[in-house]
Amino acid sequence: MTESTAAEIRETVPYLGSAERVLCRDDTSAVLRLSEAEAAVLAGNPDDPPTGTADDQRMILNMGPSHPSTHGVLRLMLEMEGETILRSKPVIGYLHTGMEKTAEDLTYLQGPTNVTRMDYAAPLFSELAFSMAVEQLLGIEVPPRAVWIRMLMCELNRVASHLLFQATNGMDVGAVSMMIYGWREREEVLRFFEKVTGLRMNHNYIRPGGVAADLPDGWRDDARRLLDLIPPRLDEYDTLLTGQPIFRERLQGVGVLNPAEALALSATGPILRSTGYAWDLRRDQPYLAYEQVEFDVIVGTHGDAFDRYAIRLNEIRESLRIVEQILDLMPNGDYRTQDKKVTPPPRARIDESMEALIHHFKLFTEGFHVPEGETYAAVESPRGELGCYLVSDGGPKPYRMHIRGPSFVNLQTLPHLMEGGLIADGVAAISSVDPIMGEVDR
Amino acid sequence: MSDEQAVDQAADLSDATSAVSPTAYGVPVLDASGQEVLHPPLDRWLETVTALKGDGFSMAIDVTAVDYSAHPGRTDMPEEVEPERFEVVASFIRHNDGRRVRLRTQVPENDPVVPSLFDLFPGTEAMEREAFDLVGVQFDGHPDLTRILMPEDWVGHPLRRDVAMGRIPVQFKDAPAPR
Repeated sequence: MTESTAAEIRETVPYLGSAERVLCRDDTSAVLRLSEAEAAVLAGNPDDPPTGTADDQRMILNMGPSHPSTHGVLRLMLEMEGETILRSKPVIGYLHTGMEKTAEDLTYLQGPTNVTRMDYAAPLFSELAFSMAVEQLLGIEVPPRAVWIRMLMCELNRVASHLLFQATNGMDVGAVSMMIYGWREREEVLRFFEKVTGLRMNHNYIRPGGVAADLPDGWRDDARRLLDLIPPRLDEYDTLLTGQPIFRERLQGVGVLNPAEALALSATGPILRSTGYAWDLRRDQPYLAYEQVEFDVIVGTHGDAFDRYAIRLNEIRESLRIVEQILDLMPNGDYRTQDKKVTPPPRARIDESMEALIHHFKLFTEGFHVPEGETYAAVESPRGELGCYLVSDGGPKPYRMHIRGPSFVNLQTLPHLMEGGLIADGVAAISSVDPIMGEVDR
Repeated sequence: MSDEQAVDQAADLSDATSAVSPTAYGVPVLDASGQEVLHPPLDRWLETVTALKGDGFSMAIDVTAVDYSAHPGRTDMPEEVEPERFEVVASFIRHNDGRRVRLRTQVPENDPVVPSLFDLFPGTEAMEREAFDLVGVQFDGHPDLTRILMPEDWVGHPLRRDVAMGRIPVQFKDAPAPR
């Protein structure tokens, strides 16, 4: 590709959500594909006519659970007629480890360790939803610095998660070089996480009452480095994929969903937004401090796999925009609440006070008690609305913890996305839903 | 949620029938840490959800179930609601003003059957299957009420409180032999 292509692509594919967005699809693009028989006729080879009735040619194909394009252990039962998918059914549960049951045996302080393993590509969001639910039941306020640290980490996590999507989506549709680039950039973000939380994944960083530790020295330089590093790489993706005819033909018009279907099927996140329905909890029901930062909600037009790709790509840019503002607005202060009920006494107090030692011991053995009640807290994860329904009976462990996993619910759209398409398009449709099986099966 | 919205909702609630506790859509309503929770009786479950749908609630966010057998004497319910062993919890959202409501209905232990919401909100399909699989509440009228997360031949419902936490014995390399 020449140097000028990136600029030209920008011309033809302006940012989604901008008013002057042109239709990406026209009558001449290959939205409708030929059947084998039609192709044979067109190729001047009538020796290969279709035989038998349609029912004879119908077959059931099992795809997965161990298949490279199913993002782990998703299994699909496909009813096929030739290469065309008629009906399909996602079969899940291969990664079910009973995390909701496990949560009933862990204290509220241990809870984030459990939920962080659900959506392993965006672990901080599960921790956030769980912590917000606990805080609602406790009725405690989180100090401003903790709120902003949570926002910083979550937005960077959204970047990492969407970069992972770019990688796997590219791999699924055949742009294998994209896989290497997506993982490479994601690793840079995870390096920042490792510095802050000590781990690349499964951080257990956001906890009821605040965050586990303050940001390390030099975090601003590291975050600034990411802000300088990633946008040019995103432009490279544009050059590599967005305007590339093969990639676009592979995604445009594939896996189409309309807004009414998306609402009926309870789809949230990029799937709902790809249909042109602008709904983002960060803007519409602001939690943390999202009402103080400026960002755009990216929406699509056609509800196809290409829109979902473009939405996620541009959401990375919006998240980086939010991070940029957070760098300026990050307040000083405590990184966790000073409520004695939730937060252990500082190390120095333990040396001089027996009560402080006992209090510390009780907090980490028995855990703190949460008032009786039930609540629901929701956050906008990279995959949609991630909710935590929490019931407390007044004890130190949750009576019932239920996670509303966006991947789990969004997976229901898959039979609609795949219906009438080719099996190769089915792969693109699965990829565009971006399910994380750890969260689907929990 | 803003304060004005909360006031609006309070006005909404008070113009319904005057009972001991406030009602909305004809069923008792409670405020749970700022969230609106409706307590319809089981025989008015479908009716209430239909009314919500007619009132612009466009999406069923979540359906789940809780087994309350290990938590007697709950206090977070209106007085006229008789607690039962199971409870089915469903959340709905209205997108034009962002109002959320949560429905909690009591389901008796001897006949744990709840009408399915599938015809009103097809998106509840997987969620109801999950509630059936893990807690063992039946959904009447569900198109495909089968296990979704647990193996097909599994016996019992793991999120019931009388099912013990599972443990797998682990043999470590240097552990002493059993003899």
